[in-house]
Amino acid sequence: MSSGNVVFMKGNEAASEGAIAGGCRFFFGYPITPQNEIPEYMARHMPEVGGVYLQAESEVAAISMVFGAAAAGARAMTSSSGPGIALMQEGLSYLVGARLPCVVIDMARGGPGLGNIATSQSDYWIATRGAGHGDGRCITLAPASLQELYDLTCEAFDIADRYRHPVMILGEASLGQMMEPVALRPRDRATPPPKPWAVGGIREGRPANLANSLYAQPVDLAVENQKLMDLYEQVERELVRWEETGDDDPEVLVVAFGVVARSCQTAMAHAAQAGVRSRLFRPITVYPFPMARLRKLAERVPQTLVVEASGGQMIDDVQIAVGNRSNVTLMRKLGGLMIYPEDIAARLSEVAGRA
Amino acid sequence: MVESPASAPPETMHVVAKRPEVLADIPFTYCPGCTHGTIHRILAECIDDLGVGNRAVVIAPVGCAVWAYRFFNCDALQAAHGRAPAVATGVKRVHPENVVVTYQGDGDLAAIGAAEIIHAAARGERITCVYVNNAVYGMTQGQMAPTTLLGQKTTTSPLGRDARREGFPLRVCEMLATQDGAAYIERVTVVDPPSIRRAKRAIRRALEVQINDEGFSLVEVLSICPTWWGKPPREAAEWVRTEMVKQYPLGVFRGAGKG
Repeated sequence: MSSGNVVFMKGNEAASEGAIAGGCRFFFGYPITPQNEIPEYMARHMPEVGGVYLQAESEVAAISMVFGAAAAGARAMTSSSGPGIALMQEGLSYLVGARLPCVVIDMARGGPGLGNIATSQSDYWIATRGAGHGDGRCITLAPASLQELYDLTCEAFDIADRYRHPVMILGEASLGQMMEPVALRPRDRATPPPKPWAVGGIREGRPANLANSLYAQPVDLAVENQKLMDLYEQVERELVRWEETGDDDPEVLVVAFGVVARSCQTAMAHAAQAGVRSRLFRPITVYPFPMARLRKLAERVPQTLVVEASGGQMIDDVQIAVGNRSNVTLMRKLGGLMIYPEDIAARLSEVAGRA
Repeated sequence: MVESPASAPPETMHVVAKRPEVLADIPFTYCPGCTHGTIHRILAECIDDLGVGNRAVVIAPVGCAVWAYRFFNCDALQAAHGRAPAVATGVKRVHPENVVVTYQGDGDLAAIGAAEIIHAAARGERITCVYVNNAVYGMTQGQMAPTTLLGQKTTTSPLGRDARREGFPLRVCEMLATQDGAAYIERVTVVDPPSIRRAKRAIRRALEVQINDEGFSLVEVLSICPTWWGKPPREAAEWVRTEMVKQYPLGVFRGAGKG
C-alpha cells in the first residue's frame, strides 16, 4: 500500500492505516465482529513498520497489554465492539487512573448482551460516560466518514500523548464495513514526545518510575482526582469539535453523530425541497460534547430533532446543552436497523409542523 | 553498626551480608510472620546477584502485595487483579531488554487471572512470575481461594471446603507445565532455612531463564498466612510442611532446575 495516494478501502482498514500513520507500533487485539479486519490488518502491517501485533486471550487481556505497553512509553492501541468494550472498562479505568495514553476503537453493534452484528449507535453511553468505574471518562471522537475515521485515528495518538489519557474512537458496524476513498498520508509520523515518566529501558541516572492508580489515603486520591478534573476542564476548553451544515435560519435543529448524520443530510435536502429549513449539528468530539455551541444555536431554533440509531443516548447531552431553549424530539432506531433518509425526512417535516 | 552504600567498611572488615540494593530501605507492611517479607528479600537478592537491578521491572498484583512496588528500587507497575501477566507482556514486548517480574497471590493468579497466566505460559512470554500461594484471599480478610484445601475453613467456606459444594483446589504448576512455552516451572516453600535457600535458587533460575530468552518461568511459593489461618507462624509453617505439600508437592515440573 503506497502512501500519499487515494485508496478505496474498508473502514476497519482505514482506521488501522490511520493508526499506523499516527505512530501506533503496538496493537493488542481480539476477534469480534464487526471489527475483525482491524486485528487482521494490524497482524499484516505492524511487522512492516517494526511494530508488534499480539492477539490477546480476551479483551480483558488486550486492554491490560495496552496498559503495560503504554506505561512503557509506547503508542499502543486496541479495538473491539460493544461486548468487548464492556470487558475493557476496568482496564480503561486503570489507564485513566495511572494517566496513561492509548487509543481504543469501538465499532459498535446491536446490544445489549450479545445483541447482533448489525450497526448501532448504542455505545454512546459506555464511550462517553465510560473509562469504567470512578471519576474518569474517555475522550471520545465520532467520525462520520472513512476519511474522518482515518484522520481522527491518526490524530488520536497525539491527543492521547498530549493529555496522557485514553482516547476512544466511537464508530459503528456500518462505518467499519463500508468502503470509501481515503487520502492516505505517509507513514512517517514524527517521533512521539519524550516520556520521562515511562517505565522500562536500562535505568541510568533517573529515579524509578511507577505506573499506578492506587492512592489509599483519601486525601492523596483527592489530589489525583483533582488533577483529572483539571484535565477534563482543559480538554473541554481545547478539544471540542463539531460540524454544522444547512440553513442559516433553521426551523429545526437536527442533531446526529457518525454515519447517521450523513443520512440526516440526505433527509434534510429532501425536506428542504418541501420548504423545511433545517440545520445539522454534528458533534465530532462526543466527549467533550460541544455544549456551548449547541446551547447558543438552540436559543434561536424552536425545534430540535435528535436522530440516533439507538434507544437514545446522545439525547442526554443534547438535553443538558439545550435545556428549555428548544423543544427536543428523539427519533430512534432500535435493534441494529438502519435509519433511512426518507424516514428521517418524514419525521423532520412532522417536527417542523408540516405533516 | 549501620553501613551505608556511600561509605566503605574499614579494611579489616568485610561485608558478608547486607540489604539488597533493589530492596527499598523501608519497613514492610505485611503481617507478623507473613512470608511475603522473605520472598521479597530473596527475589531482591536474586536481582542483585544477577546484576539486573537497573533493568528490573516489578508488577504488583491486587492482594496483600499490592504495595510491592514500594519495596523494590526499580521501575514498577500496579496491575488490575489477575492481569499482571498481560501487563508484563505489554512491557516486555516494548522493552525486551528488561527483566520483567510479576508478583502475584493465589486469588490474583489462579482465580481471576487464570486465563492470563495460562496464555502467558503458552505464549512462552519472556517474563517471570512469582506466585505466592497461601490458600486464602489475605487482603480481603480470609475468603476461600482456588487453592484452599478441602476441609479448610475460611470466611466463605465456614463449614470447611467441600468438594461437592466448592470443588477441588487448583494446581497451577502441574497445569502450566503441560504448555510448551513454559521453560521453567518449580514449586517451593519458605518455611525453614533449607526451603528458603531452595526457593532462592529456583527464583534465580527462573530469572536466568528469562534473561537467556528461554521462555516463560514461574515459581510457586507455598506461603503461610498466620492471620487468616488462625495459626501462629510456627504452627502455620508446620501446616505447610504436613498438609499443603500433600496437595501441592514441591519440585520442578518443567525445565531443568539446579539442585
